[in-house]
Amino acid sequence: MHARALTLAAGFVALALVPPVAALLNQPFYLDLVRRIMIFAIAAVSLDLILGFGGMVSFGHAAYLGIGAYAVAIPAFYGIHSGFVQWPLAVGLSGLVALLIGTVSLRTSGVYFIMITLAFAQMLYYLGISINAWGADDGMRLARRSQFAGGLDLGNATVFYYVVLGLLVLLLWLGHRLIHARFGMVIRAAKSNEPRMRAVGFATFRYKLAAFVLAGAVCGLAGALLTNQTEYLTPSYMHWTRSGDIMVMVILGGMGTLFGPVLGAFVFLLLEDVLAAWTTHWQAVLGPLLVLIVLYARRGLWGLMPGSRDD
Amino acid sequence: MTEPLLAVRGLRKRFGGLVATDGVDLDVAEGETLAVIGPNGAGKTTLIAQLSGDLAPDAGTIRFAGAEVTALPAATRSHRGLARSFQITSIFREFTALDNVALAVQAHAGHSFHFWRRAREERALREPAQAVLAQVGLAARADVQAGALAHGEQRQLEIAMALATHPRLLLLDEPVAGMGIDESQRMVQLLRTLRGRHTILLIEHDMDAVFALADRISVMVYGRVIATGTPEAIRANAEVRRAYLGEEAPA
Repeated sequence: MHARALTLAAGFVALALVPPVAALLNQPFYLDLVRRIMIFAIAAVSLDLILGFGGMVSFGHAAYLGIGAYAVAIPAFYGIHSGFVQWPLAVGLSGLVALLIGTVSLRTSGVYFIMITLAFAQMLYYLGISINAWGADDGMRLARRSQFAGGLDLGNATVFYYVVLGLLVLLLWLGHRLIHARFGMVIRAAKSNEPRMRAVGFATFRYKLAAFVLAGAVCGLAGALLTNQTEYLTPSYMHWTRSGDIMVMVILGGMGTLFGPVLGAFVFLLLEDVLAAWTTHWQAVLGPLLVLIVLYARRGLWGLMPGSRDD
Repeated sequence: MTEPLLAVRGLRKRFGGLVATDGVDLDVAEGETLAVIGPNGAGKTTLIAQLSGDLAPDAGTIRFAGAEVTALPAATRSHRGLARSFQITSIFREFTALDNVALAVQAHAGHSFHFWRRAREERALREPAQAVLAQVGLAARADVQAGALAHGEQRQLEIAMALATHPRLLLLDEPVAGMGIDESQRMVQLLRTLRGRHTILLIEHDMDAVFALADRISVMVYGRVIATGTPEAIRANAEVRRAYLGEEAPA
């Protein structure tokens, strides 16, 4: 417990110090980069809830990233800039779509589940690139970031940064409670041995579906943040390679750990940022790294951190 | 005459060309222990899977506690009072022994849409689970990861998980399979304490265990029940000896 508390405390202090340090160094770029990473960390944590804890290998998680992004950009396109409208819409709509996709795809398992979730996400992607009014495959610019009247000004880079950090910390805290509560025990045990769960009397479908919807809704929030981050909407947020990226973050950081996906998002996106400056074939470095992790570190990079065994 | 707790009529299950269950009729009266024996491939595990709801029969009916359950899913049958153990040990290996049983308790303690309170701190789940572990002789092993328990202990844990659901009928699929002499004696001892208190349908190869526990025995061969009777009657039955106990029929 002690070692983990220290590891986590160090991590959060480091994140909290990014804005002043970036200001001191006069490098606002780092603020932007870390904020982007934290947004993907939120998406990765949400995927890990179903992938790592629930054993549901969804290969279409980027769909909710896209829905969240559209839920901000489309109202903005029609002049509705209030975050109080956009963000609940992003969460609600993503959850609703996850409910529909989950209701169908959770009747399958294994490779079929992977393929069906992938197919749904690609359908939404092609829907996105075909709607000319909303930018088709070019996407569209977000005229302004979500407005929170009388409250936070996301136009201020530092304020936006702390909003994202706050949401990430909140998510990790709620997630920690959830995985140790009855609900979490059910989805984790269903991953371990689903026939046994049914035999002792659990109707597992409804719990898995609820987890699937929760994960989709949280990823929708990440999508709303992402489109605010880039101030741009593009259907490529929903492309299957994006789902793959998020999945790699989870696997890299540690499936079935709460903080692993956060670490995974950092390693993945920092590698991309650093290596892409040298070579366009940066994934040639990422690939072998991923293979090593999968072969030798069962709990990913997080499993190598001091105190990580406690959660 | 009152209806038996479990009444199976005309149960059939076919896998391609193989008829695994071929018109089985079976009654289990409240409080009795019925053993189903038969050679490998006779369809015993297929029968259990249909009774527990893991496998849908092609034809026939299963009535349990006065109601038809033929089409009900496994989880619903568990709530009606059916509990099974698996021939191949089926536990939550990454969880502790106590977690395993507490999950079985949880399944019968209201819904599990609780997102906040730590399940491991809920006394309503942990205390009954601890009591059942003690009942099967695993009290001292409560905090051991289930996957790290010895084979015999894992089998005991299976029984504990079944008991934690307060079953009216226990479906036990070869509970002493793969056990050493000591372990199997301990398991028979445990099952003896359950006899009479619970209604039991027992599938078993170990004849010592069967004759020690069963009130009645049914013999299955090629998906059919060829004989049912008291242990003495079965021992004496010529058809059973020929089909199962491996004796040549006199020429």
